[in-house]
Amino acid sequence: MSASPTSGFHADSVFAHIDRAPEDPILGVTVAYNKDPSPIKLNLGVGAYRTEEGKPLVLNVVRQAEQQLVNDRSRVKEYLPIVGLADFNKLSAKLILGADSPAVQENRVTTVQCLSGTGSLRVGGEFLARHYHQRTIYIPLPTWGNHPKVFTLAGLSVKTYRYYDPATRGLNFQGLLEDLGSAPSGAIVLLHACAHNPTGVDPTIQQWEQIRQLMRSKSLLPFFDSAYQGFASGSLDADAQPVRMFVADGGECLVAQSYAKNMGLYGERVGALSIVCKTADVASRVESQLKLVIRPMYSNPPIHGASIVATILKDRDMYNEWTIELKAMADRIISMRQKLFDALRARGTPGDWSHIIKQIGMFTFTGLNSEQVAFMTKEYHIYMTSDGRISMAGLSSKTVPHLADAIHAAVTRVV
Amino acid sequence: MTFRAVMSGRARRLSSDLGARWMSTWWQSVEPAPKDPILGVTEAFLADPSPNKVNVGVGAYRDDNGKPVVLECVREAERRIAGNLNMEYLPMGGSVKMVEETLKLAYGEDSEFIKDKRIAAVQSLSGTGACRLFADFQKRFRPDSQIYIPVPTWANHHNIWRDAQVPQRTFHYYHPESRGLDFAALMDDIKNAPNGSFFLLHACAHNPTGVDPSEDQWREISYQFKAKGHFPFFDMAYQGFASGDPERDAKSIRIFLEDRHLIGIAQSYAKNMGLYGQRVGCLSVLCEDEKQAVAVKSQLQLLARPMYSNPPLHGALIVSIILSDPELKKLWLKEVKVMADRIIGMRTALRENLEKLGSPLSWEHITNQIGMFCYSGMTPEQVDSLTKEFHIYMTRNGRISMAGVTTGNVGYLANAIHEITKSA
Repeated sequence: MSASPTSGFHADSVFAHIDRAPEDPILGVTVAYNKDPSPIKLNLGVGAYRTEEGKPLVLNVVRQAEQQLVNDRSRVKEYLPIVGLADFNKLSAKLILGADSPAVQENRVTTVQCLSGTGSLRVGGEFLARHYHQRTIYIPLPTWGNHPKVFTLAGLSVKTYRYYDPATRGLNFQGLLEDLGSAPSGAIVLLHACAHNPTGVDPTIQQWEQIRQLMRSKSLLPFFDSAYQGFASGSLDADAQPVRMFVADGGECLVAQSYAKNMGLYGERVGALSIVCKTADVASRVESQLKLVIRPMYSNPPIHGASIVATILKDRDMYNEWTIELKAMADRIISMRQKLFDALRARGTPGDWSHIIKQIGMFTFTGLNSEQVAFMTKEYHIYMTSDGRISMAGLSSKTVPHLADAIHAAVTRVV
Repeated sequence: MTFRAVMSGRARRLSSDLGARWMSTWWQSVEPAPKDPILGVTEAFLADPSPNKVNVGVGAYRDDNGKPVVLECVREAERRIAGNLNMEYLPMGGSVKMVEETLKLAYGEDSEFIKDKRIAAVQSLSGTGACRLFADFQKRFRPDSQIYIPVPTWANHHNIWRDAQVPQRTFHYYHPESRGLDFAALMDDIKNAPNGSFFLLHACAHNPTGVDPSEDQWREISYQFKAKGHFPFFDMAYQGFASGDPERDAKSIRIFLEDRHLIGIAQSYAKNMGLYGQRVGCLSVLCEDEKQAVAVKSQLQLLARPMYSNPPLHGALIVSIILSDPELKKLWLKEVKVMADRIIGMRTALRENLEKLGSPLSWEHITNQIGMFCYSGMTPEQVDSLTKEFHIYMTRNGRISMAGVTTGNVGYLANAIHEITKSA
């Protein structure tokens, strides 16, 4: 037993051939920002809300909920069911679909707690890859960088439809209609429910209605990504309108919800996937199959964040307080947009910057190219994704002038 | 005309054009999925109105009153967290502090591998998430490999590697006749597997059998693994929970490390810190050098990002606070030992009760086996009778979760088992 065997023993690791993966383009921005020693550095990369003082924010109502949970000694840490916390699921469906939604009242919706928006998209994608007759999903161009990876790993093939028009910095509505119009019948279509990421460009209600009609006429399956409900306009109901329009026509759809931004629960990974079905019986079967996707992925979802959400949503006072805090965040972002726009106008920065105040939500698609972005990082220590997207949530009245200077310099010196 | 009426009118016209496609459901053909064999047991238990019902199904610890337990060290950690910390995203690889402390538990406080930064490690969604991440990683970077899984094993292991699309093989493990380890057949399977095969090993407290190799047997297994160049992947879900001593429970891993294997480990805090629903764990892969560890970690992160972006914060904070505070860590070790000791006590009590009842069968295995589970040897039909006649809930493979046994119900349980098996 003491002699070392030589036959068949390979000293090399079986993973010796592995290359180092590139940094995630979005999360990598924060990594680079953290490394920078400059005192004037500004992180406009990842979409996490910051206060006027540049600090992360935990909502008061969340702190209250947390305290309640900690003080309740009867609470345990048992496994949640595979589909997650039941209260949380019901309340989440009501939040996005509306308390009076017939789909909810008729039990036609199955809702499962997932790991924030990412997890909801992945579980939904895997379910579709297994059970839906069409394996192609159409995603807007551009979209959140993680979308194509999520759906590809879920087993779907990814195509794009035109969305953003660089010339107008607005919606390429014609292109969108054409591309969805020529998609094969039954194809899945990813829709950003509001506050499109990264562009901040949303269709109008009238345009949504046209999109809905086109999609239903071609049996295209809507898959909504709702990561900013309440955060875009400040109103939870207004931001849910596009989703509710689709559900109101009696058809089916999927919705991925995230509480990362609108409840500030980022790291707790709280979200929900809802699938609106034709009948209660179908919804129940669908739910049973969702469990089979989830169990071999992580067994059951984490309890803490969902408990906070449920605590808040089911208490009328806490819910109201939440809507007020949410509106305050949305309003601060809207005011940052205005300040940045005014600052650029004051500097006479060449170009039309009205898109800054027309776009909505956490992000502005500045229209800056990757060379200009690199310049701004190098010379002004401004961190943002190379597609020119800035997180307005990372701005404050104090830092707007610095950003305006940087944009001005980039636009005039780098082409 | 109401909006709805307009829409349905429209739809009727369209449906005649398009064969009613959009009016029909997309999910007509979706079959109801079979219930999860383990979690389905608890659902059935909860639905049973009988006052005598006993749940020895799912492996979640219960105290002697049959109640779930939140450890005092955990309560204290939560008090420190509430109101004090923000909820920002963790990095994709999770909490660095938590991972650091977790590696010390598995590899040893003073592990040279930690010092030399040779371990690629990421926070994972408990043990399930760690196994799944590893399976996806194995599929991506060793696409021609397959995984050897012991018979029997935790049912979800099969689901995990199947969903990762890694082909599965099995190896002999449990010996039904002796209710112990089928060591000879296990060694044969190791020898006969092609060189460089991937094996899933339970580090301690094998689930569902409770049957672990002895230290000598582990050494022989390690030796044979070296001869064949096999890759050992350890699922360690019960460190501390098996013997009451985390160092002792990690012995199998330490033997493999001494023998210079490059291993992988899935660790979970679900049971040993009672953090079940928080989903906290860690996946680690021991590499040849720091450079390789950096590369492997970056690739693990690339797999995590499209699954959940970054792991949940709360559970990780609890673990870091406890393990990096010497007083809290001491308290934790004490509380883990209490849990393990209670289970060991229940094993003894169950066996003694059955022997006192004059059972014709041998129940030695109850105290020979270790950890949360006892593989009783009962057949699925016997289990069904146990449920139907005595309202005792367990998985149909005869696995009893000892954590569900209390001084209050051990007599009832022994009697029921005796009734069902005495004429077997």
